[in-house]
Amino acid sequence: MSEWLYSDVVKDHFMHPRNVLEADESTWPSDGRGMVGNIKCGDQMLILIRVKDGKIDDCRWKTYGCASALASTSILSEAIKGMKLEDAYILKPEDIVAKLGGLPANKIHCSVLGDKALRAAIDDYLGRNKLPPLKGLEKVEVICNCLNVTDRDIEEAYKAGDRTWEDLQARTKIGTACGGCKERTLELLHQLEHLYGE
Amino acid sequence: MDYNATTPLDPGVREVFIRALDEYANGSSMHEDGRKVAKDMYAAREHVAYLVNATPNEIIFTSGGSESNNTVFNTMVGAALTRTSHLKEAYGGRKTVITTSIEHPCVMESAKRLAGLGYDVHFLPVDSDGVVDIDRYRELLGRGARSGVVAEKPLLVSIMMANNEIGTIQDIALLARLAHEAGALFHTDAVQAVGKIPVDVESLGVDYLTMSCHKIYGPKGVGALYVRKGAPIEAFIRGGHQEAGLRAGTYNSPSIIAFGEAARLAKERLSEYERHTRALRNRLRDGFLSAIPDIRINGHPERVLPNTIDVSFPGAEGEAILLMLDILGVSVSTGSACASGSLEPSHVLMATGVGPELAHGSIRFSLGQFSTEEDIDYLIKEVPQVIKKLRGFSTVSSKESV
Repeated sequence: MSEWLYSDVVKDHFMHPRNVLEADESTWPSDGRGMVGNIKCGDQMLILIRVKDGKIDDCRWKTYGCASALASTSILSEAIKGMKLEDAYILKPEDIVAKLGGLPANKIHCSVLGDKALRAAIDDYLGRNKLPPLKGLEKVEVICNCLNVTDRDIEEAYKAGDRTWEDLQARTKIGTACGGCKERTLELLHQLEHLYGE
Repeated sequence: MDYNATTPLDPGVREVFIRALDEYANGSSMHEDGRKVAKDMYAAREHVAYLVNATPNEIIFTSGGSESNNTVFNTMVGAALTRTSHLKEAYGGRKTVITTSIEHPCVMESAKRLAGLGYDVHFLPVDSDGVVDIDRYRELLGRGARSGVVAEKPLLVSIMMANNEIGTIQDIALLARLAHEAGALFHTDAVQAVGKIPVDVESLGVDYLTMSCHKIYGPKGVGALYVRKGAPIEAFIRGGHQEAGLRAGTYNSPSIIAFGEAARLAKERLSEYERHTRALRNRLRDGFLSAIPDIRINGHPERVLPNTIDVSFPGAEGEAILLMLDILGVSVSTGSACASGSLEPSHVLMATGVGPELAHGSIRFSLGQFSTEEDIDYLIKEVPQVIKKLRGFSTVSSKESV
């Protein structure tokens, strides 16, 4: 095949994904479990982690989704082994995309869910062990769960001139799957108006 | 395995096409070279007309299916619609347009344009097999007669003959008869039907019918619109005498001549094509059903194109299936949102009510005259492994549930 839709790294991880949970969840006892996404939007992701000395010792995952969703979870699963929880917690979709050698723009928001699933797994681990939460450290809040659009994305879009729900949809695809985030987004736009004037 | 998207050039058509490329004269010119091109185009017009049992002067050559469909919808807002007192009496003041929720985007968008211009546009629902809701249709057709409000009377009905994704064939003869009884014009987009099943404008009783050349082993960029003699039609592209003033622009003569050859071959081969592709389709269906658990065959079980089979594989996502098959050298299409650039899964499958998981996990296999039993057996061998692999990665159980 001469032309492939994605980079060679994506193709490799898609065809030979690493650290997939082969069998049932019960076969791989974990210290933390995170599940995000929605079949309605076409992607769902489960990450299980084992933690040792404040670092991620090992992980397994399952993903329902397209090639870039599978590949991005696979590459994330390799990258986080040995990583401190604090560092893993603040991984951004862009970090994963960079490791994949880039993704088409329309794929980034919808298919890179791994950072969210990982954060959920770390939250779960900290909760189970009554450890202080890291919440807030990541400094972003996901507003649109279907397309993984964050408050930071909306702020950037606002700075670039977007003022309405339709403007934001055109730029970020926010709320174009289930639309459940519209109210929260309009609230945010209102806050940004206060913050930046106009 | 993606013949509904487009087809390769038939070797015979290719030969005619290449020869016609050298006949560079303008088909409108009066000199000998021009007359030769005009004569060849007329022969092509006859073949295209013959394919759907029309007369040559009822055929308008266009740039393809999308232009043909747009031309029909555009006619509804043009002066041609009410040019004569007879037409004015028949169609003047009518503002209701009926189409379906499973049309090609060019029909959907043309219909939405009319809605934006103040027309009352209805998208008929379909059942789980993709067959239009006939009760709802009758109700909409009769609305104006019951209320006595002219605007509520139907002006145009546009229903595709066979669906590109799931292959379901509508009962166009019945739908057209009902439309005419209510005084409406009837258009069918037959792009996927022509060359695959018998299409006869007389027995169907339609006013307009859309065809495309590249779906029947001819070149891209040329199509046709059948316009029943006497049906109103407005030029969509203006400013030329071509096509009796109904479609301006220098004749795309090489493509038109090649279209004629493709139509001639399609007519000649129709029964053999149907027999060949239906046998392969059924072999593929039976092979999948016995080798892959928990799948769903979409579309109508019998009233379906002989070459088209759309399958949902719950637990596996369509774009991932498509790309794994692509690596194995097999080209297919998917109803998954991830593959479309939009974020919605197939509007056709969603209209049949299968739910997002089955729509995201759908693959369309469309066969053609060059498909072989070996191709089918390769799919029956490889696809189950691809599905098993992807289901193994998946968070979703393979049960048919949403």
